[in-house]
Amino acid sequence: MEWETVIGLEIHVQLSTQSKIFSGSSTRFGAEPNTQASLVDLAMPGALPVFNAEALHKAVAFGLAIDAEIGKRSVFDRKNYFYPDLPKGYQITQMDHPIVGKGQVEIVLDDGSTRTIGVTRAHLEEDAGKSLHEEFEGQSGIDLNRAGTPLLEIVSEPDIRTAKEAVAYLRKIHSIITYIGISDGNMAEGSMRCDANVSVRPKGQQELGTRTEIKNINSFRFVEKAINHEVQRHIDVIEDGGSIVQETRLYDADKNETRSMRSKEFANDYRYFPEPDLLPVIIDHDYIERVAEALPELPAAKVKRFMADYGLSEYDANVLSASRAMADFYEAVVKTSGDAKIAANWCMGELTAYLNREEIEVSASPISADHLGQLIQRILDNTLSNKIAKQVFEAMTQGEGEPDAIIEARGLKQVTDSSAIEAMIDDVIAANPKQVEDYRSGKDKLFGFFVGQVMKASKGQASPAQVNDILLQKLKG
Amino acid sequence: MSLDRSQVENVAQLARIQIKEDEMADTLASLSNIMSLVDQLQAVDTEGVEPLANPLDAQALLRADEVTESNHRDDYQLIAPQAEKGLYLVPKVIE
Repeated sequence: MEWETVIGLEIHVQLSTQSKIFSGSSTRFGAEPNTQASLVDLAMPGALPVFNAEALHKAVAFGLAIDAEIGKRSVFDRKNYFYPDLPKGYQITQMDHPIVGKGQVEIVLDDGSTRTIGVTRAHLEEDAGKSLHEEFEGQSGIDLNRAGTPLLEIVSEPDIRTAKEAVAYLRKIHSIITYIGISDGNMAEGSMRCDANVSVRPKGQQELGTRTEIKNINSFRFVEKAINHEVQRHIDVIEDGGSIVQETRLYDADKNETRSMRSKEFANDYRYFPEPDLLPVIIDHDYIERVAEALPELPAAKVKRFMADYGLSEYDANVLSASRAMADFYEAVVKTSGDAKIAANWCMGELTAYLNREEIEVSASPISADHLGQLIQRILDNTLSNKIAKQVFEAMTQGEGEPDAIIEARGLKQVTDSSAIEAMIDDVIAANPKQVEDYRSGKDKLFGFFVGQVMKASKGQASPAQVNDILLQKLKG
Repeated sequence: MSLDRSQVENVAQLARIQIKEDEMADTLASLSNIMSLVDQLQAVDTEGVEPLANPLDAQALLRADEVTESNHRDDYQLIAPQAEKGLYLVPKVIE
């Protein structure tokens, strides 16, 4: 039988505010345990939440970026459950009146085709603390630094049909949140986390199959693997005559399998009700307008502008604007160097190759955009050949300083003094009489040999254009 | 509306409250009484009435996004039953 997969993703994004969603504690990652947990975060009796204006702003910015309805009146609710990393015994979230309603994003698939994935809603809530199970015999350690970090939970429609589409959608959301600067999107640090709802049904059937939820998939790579694995498990169970139990499963990346989280004695019953400690959040048209005005340029608009202003191909424009960090870097290189095309070549070529090799992000590049721009200037003004420029680039990655200093220190300046080049050419001609004779009797291909010899003699520093010109004349005899 | 025993047990479980056998009859009766009050409220025609999120006719005041809290971990952990290496310790919980 042919099966169709139906996937919906729930993505939790930590908003990059300075302070928590309902308290004045810092949200900085990596602090000593419980040093960023205030009385509100600890759920001390009488401590009351006060909503963070910036969390609201960031949530609305996301809504606008995915063309969604914005909840002009949003309401916080309590989701009740007991777990030690949730000291209040409830999570403050939004149920019936989320801040962001229906929206959509467009994803681009490998074959270049596009699909629109619906976003059901996105709501604000608080993150829980962390439970550490390893260190203490028979006990768990609780760190509440993360408790109260603002989260935006982005819920997709069950529009996704393959694991690859799920990854493309996740990447798209990642690109949007980092572009508009509402989150650092760092999956390794848990700034972006993903749960996947997966089910299968016979192709053509309208009714959805029973779904399972895979929890806490924390890298782009694992999303694809975890979903593919879970889909195959569904199909195997059903084809063996069994049926899928609706449950939550954990993905184990080491074993590439999902396993049931110990089934709870009772079905979850979160007994949502409106949070009495917080009043409804009312925003008006003017507020939304102000957020819209402050919104930076989104990826699709940037691609168009790169093509129009810099004369880039659609492919190049897409590559360079895939992340805001690279797009900003590229534009800074263009500004310093004054040549958009060469800047694009270096950003997509040498720079990207280097970043990939070192497995670092452009934000961590040891070469600043300004220095790369200066390097390109030195190519444009004939100080460096492309080849020597790559040597300088290597030196820059080693932290040897700005391009001019490296060129000076290593004596890499391109030789453009024609008398110097002539002298080198004369030497080469004198040293290779046989080849000169062959060339003059019609072996044109030998021209490359002479260019090579001259470049070698100049340690690669002679201007190739000048070498060509002078060599041609001299070889004519 | 009168509750049955299994409903009370379920609610008790959700609230992590232990109800001893000899308390069950009383609890059942009290909760059933409360539920009949709820029934009375439920009987009111609320057609076309927006559910109330808060009885105050007011809207949220927002806080500026500033860190205003400093570290008082040692003070807070004085009243914790058990804390070690900066962590609060609880009986082992694992899914």
